[in-house]
Amino acid sequence: METTITAPQEAPQEGSGKNYLNQTKGILSWMFTLDHKRIGVMYLVGVMISLLLGGMFALLVRLNLWSPEGLLFSNQTYNEFFTLHGAVMVFLFVIPGIPGALGNFILPLMLGAKDVAFPRINLMSFWLWAIGLVFFMAVLMTGRIDTGWTFYTPYSVTSQGSVLWATMGAFILGFSSIFTGLNFIVTVHRMRPKGMGWFNMPLFVWAIYATAIIQVMSTPVLGITLLLLFVERAAGLGIFDPALGGDPVMFEHFFWFYSHPAVYIMILPAMAVQSELMATFSRKKVFGYTLVAYSSIAIAAFGFLVWGHHMFVSGQSQWAGIVFSTLTFSISIPSAIKVFNWLSTMYKGSVHLDTPMYYALAFLWMFTIGGLTGMFLGTMGADIHLHDTYFVVAHFHYVMVGSIMFAFFGGLHYWWPKMFGVMYNELAGKVAAGFMFVGFNVTFFPQFVMGTRGMPRRYATYLPEFQTMHQVSTVGAFILGTGVAIAVITLIYSLINGRKAPQNPWGGSTMEWETATPPITTNFITTPKVKPIYDHSPLVYNEATGNWDRIEEA
Amino acid sequence: MEASANQHSEEHHDHPEWLAHHFETPQQQFEAGKFGIWIFLVTEVLFFSGLFCAYAYYRTHHPDLFQYAHHFLSTKMGAINTVVLISSSFTMATAVRMAQLENRKWLIINLALTFVGAVGFLVIKGFEYAHKFHEGLYWGKAYNPSDEALETIAHAANVPVDQLPDMHQFFSIYYCMTGLHGIHVVIGMAAILWVLVRAVKGEFNRHYFTAVDATGLYWHLVDLIWIFLFPLMYLIR
Repeated sequence: METTITAPQEAPQEGSGKNYLNQTKGILSWMFTLDHKRIGVMYLVGVMISLLLGGMFALLVRLNLWSPEGLLFSNQTYNEFFTLHGAVMVFLFVIPGIPGALGNFILPLMLGAKDVAFPRINLMSFWLWAIGLVFFMAVLMTGRIDTGWTFYTPYSVTSQGSVLWATMGAFILGFSSIFTGLNFIVTVHRMRPKGMGWFNMPLFVWAIYATAIIQVMSTPVLGITLLLLFVERAAGLGIFDPALGGDPVMFEHFFWFYSHPAVYIMILPAMAVQSELMATFSRKKVFGYTLVAYSSIAIAAFGFLVWGHHMFVSGQSQWAGIVFSTLTFSISIPSAIKVFNWLSTMYKGSVHLDTPMYYALAFLWMFTIGGLTGMFLGTMGADIHLHDTYFVVAHFHYVMVGSIMFAFFGGLHYWWPKMFGVMYNELAGKVAAGFMFVGFNVTFFPQFVMGTRGMPRRYATYLPEFQTMHQVSTVGAFILGTGVAIAVITLIYSLINGRKAPQNPWGGSTMEWETATPPITTNFITTPKVKPIYDHSPLVYNEATGNWDRIEEA
Repeated sequence: MEASANQHSEEHHDHPEWLAHHFETPQQQFEAGKFGIWIFLVTEVLFFSGLFCAYAYYRTHHPDLFQYAHHFLSTKMGAINTVVLISSSFTMATAVRMAQLENRKWLIINLALTFVGAVGFLVIKGFEYAHKFHEGLYWGKAYNPSDEALETIAHAANVPVDQLPDMHQFFSIYYCMTGLHGIHVVIGMAAILWVLVRAVKGEFNRHYFTAVDATGLYWHLVDLIWIFLFPLMYLIR
């Protein structure tokens, strides 16, 4: 192993040129790496493959809905593809996406640490994720599943198809998620540099920390639920299967006890990215920093108490419904705190419209729509009408795609120069963001309208009056797909032909911008001094290098 | 990467071999490890919580089923197993203390005793399972009790045989809970064996015994879960 790490952090262009990417060579040096940055990059490759796979399923589903008879395949195949779309996107892209890829890479850098607390467990998380992917591939090969990603009993017990593979895959992915969360909690508690208090941490770290708490405290319940479902299907327990005296509604309770907090496992990392983008591209401290930090924890805490709003029509007691509905509304408080504070951050800031900021602005728009339509669904009366319609589909896609995928791409464009040391084409990046924004809204806005008019979700066919809106939606999906393709190609092209990135191209004030680009294997030669959080005043743009130099006072 | 850590030897001149490169001090490493295992135990408790919920749900809805079915279980064997596990927890705690005191011989002895306790627990549990299988007392749809078994219960519970309910759900929950607990015992045995090998190699000292400590905490949790399972399954009145 080479041992010459001499490049001074202040002048990354000079020195030996060793960084985490070329420190060691060979496929094995990646497969068995303990370096959080390499693990982050492996996650990035993995979740991108999953995103493209899940996206392809989505396009097939949308294409089939072009006509009520189904343009491409049978109703059974349609059921299988929407199930695979949901399962792959949720378990393989949305949940591990931002924490696994960006969190792994950035979080230790933001803390000035050399690595996460448990590098081996981190590597194990990644490989568990990869094994989970293999199981889902097996599902694809061995007859597929048509249960929906929620695996509701009793259908999941009786359905033909490889439910066993899918539940085992999700079970393993759950462990991957638990260990990532465990690692991040301990890292945040124990790996902070001297002098960095809790309220000196970037908001990215706060939100990832809140995510980690949910991952650790809710995923085990999914684990036992899937295990019981597995045994129920394999050996006939009679715990969930009503044919043997079991209670399928209990499965729903167990499932949503995890899966509702899980939507905060998904959205909090997106909020984490959003806070960073807002601070950097407004060159301003996030307005109401403390409240934004606390609101992450509040979302994590409230998130555990609202699962019953998925079950208003399941037969749970009305009183439970009222309590769950009330608690659901309380979640909107911390969410709104965040949105208003991000908006206020831009006020009197110096807003720079670089590509990541395009995604951040799109996020604000779509998270607001996604969040507000959630209020309709959280209202019991309205939910009777809206449940299991396209309104629900549109609502959660505004959050899961419109917010989370956009934040993922925003964060990816933001940290791309730090991760790979190259700048992508700004114009192409912005065009991609534009395509995605337009395509997304064209896809999902009509679904709100269809939903309120009674178009049920998951149906392979529909009444002729819905055809126009379905076709608009399908066209939108292809515009969205084009946008994603442009973004991915732009990023990959930058690896081959990108301009060399300066250390701090955006004027970011957090610690990851104080190390070399790309970082050295041990991240920092000396741990940077802890400074007031989001203080942009010492950063001055250098016309010659394109870098934001940090001017230290003597 | 280890080599690059040595590069910074001027930064932390006494970086012992067992101190991972990304930690600044042994104290930091110890605290991180200890905190990590506690969080892991939280996830374990939540993992079992689903089963405890299912237990509470079915016991509330079918109290009679639990009333009768628990007579199938041997309180004597359950009690012996409880004693075995608590004893092994004691030897485990002693092992941690011995590691802290750098008393290698007694560390090894106590770890070995803990391991023997775990084996003993599984053997007794195996006899219990074998007995149940023999009487056809399986889970869910495999439930097919022998006439003798039912008569014994009817006698113990003081009800006519034909009034006994179908008790398959009790056994579903019984096998799920004790089976998952048994799997945890096996995982615990693997951990104890791993620590034992490292103890024989002399890898632990008064500054570095996190692995013993973590295994100990895990073992106590396995013990604790059984302490809840025993009354919930065997001592129903």
